[in-house]
Amino acid sequence: MIALLLRDLRLAVRAGGGFGLGLAFFLIVVTLVPFGVGPEGQILGRIAPGILWLGALLACLLSLDRIFALDFEDGSLDLLATAPVPLEGVVTIKALAHWITTGLPLVVAAPVFGLLMHLESTAYFWMILALALGTPALSVLGTFGAALTVGLKRGGLLLSLLVLPLYVPTLIFGAELVRRGAQNMDTNVPLLMLAGITAAVIAVVPFASAAAIRVNLR
Amino acid sequence: MEMLRVDNLAVTRGGLPVLEGLSFTLEAGHALVLRGPNGIGKTTLLRTLAGLQPPLAGTISMPPETMAYAAHSDGLKSTLSVAENLQFWASVYGTGSIEPALERMNLRQLSERAAMSLSAGQKRRLGLARLLVTGRPVWVLDEPTVSLDAASVVLFGEAVRAHLAAGGAALMATHIDLGLHEARVLDLAPFKARPPEEGGIKGSFDEAFA
Repeated sequence: MIALLLRDLRLAVRAGGGFGLGLAFFLIVVTLVPFGVGPEGQILGRIAPGILWLGALLACLLSLDRIFALDFEDGSLDLLATAPVPLEGVVTIKALAHWITTGLPLVVAAPVFGLLMHLESTAYFWMILALALGTPALSVLGTFGAALTVGLKRGGLLLSLLVLPLYVPTLIFGAELVRRGAQNMDTNVPLLMLAGITAAVIAVVPFASAAAIRVNLR
Repeated sequence: MEMLRVDNLAVTRGGLPVLEGLSFTLEAGHALVLRGPNGIGKTTLLRTLAGLQPPLAGTISMPPETMAYAAHSDGLKSTLSVAENLQFWASVYGTGSIEPALERMNLRQLSERAAMSLSAGQKRRLGLARLLVTGRPVWVLDEPTVSLDAASVVLFGEAVRAHLAAGGAALMATHIDLGLHEARVLDLAPFKARPPEEGGIKGSFDEAFA
């Protein structure tokens, strides 16, 4: 299992692996928004949590279709399925590798991007916390969409359509947590909901993803 | 010792039955070569045996964790080196050193090369070296000699023979002669699935319209 994680991370860092693509995409989205909305700090500050979350969602989506598709094309998914590791474990490790290469850089870079968006100073802590709690759910849910579309040519668009609606709860509570945190309101409810959604997703979705892969490999 | 027993097996491809009534056994130290025209269901049978798809009917019995499957594609990562590719599978199967496998398939000089810069035959040799690091006794091989030159075919034949001599078994679909004269040959043509109206088993595709 650790070998699989190391392999995936190594592949992501090597040429063409796509490491940093999500981060660059996030940066571009966040930079473009002030051009579209106008440079008034007050408006930007108010929409910042939502924009940052949307940017994180889209950046995450960008690399999802690679999770299983590359392994499917070169045949290693077949070989992994016959190897002495449970497919559920493979899915979980793949989600973890995806999070480390996509979600974690977003969490770390969020303060910088917050600066670009005139995020209120009280909100930085909550922004980082919300992304750290929420992005693992994005990666794990993403494996489900990737598993469903693994055998399809041009499955990327279908994948987005399947996965984005599943991201709604994380988006709602993630953005709400930052908004409330910024205004010094009670943050318990969105915090617990966000963490709860992530925990439930990590506990349940790998089984669904593994089942979808088994069907697709037939 | 019996490594694999197949009883009255029927397999489907795309919901349609392709083979039925297939029974055979494979003992330790023996090799079984599957023959048959294109489309008869060799790959489908091997995928079913590997557990990638469920059989339509019949039973497959073998001890757990005994099978290593090698498909048409080698499952190589093009940006990883030969040694890294092999080391990955050795770690997944929890076996030790990759050195003997590199040696056996004549890959030592290439071990630091990225897999993408290998020729088709060299990639195939790396794919077959993967079998050696699995440490599994039953090899299930789908066209193992595609794109291998004559010298590599001999090399691979020797690797299979050594595997059999060490108490392993091999089941392979191949069109060319590996030089394994002791291998049994199973022709799949007589087991071609009959249409349902002639008494053949109905596939899931037929059931959907029944």
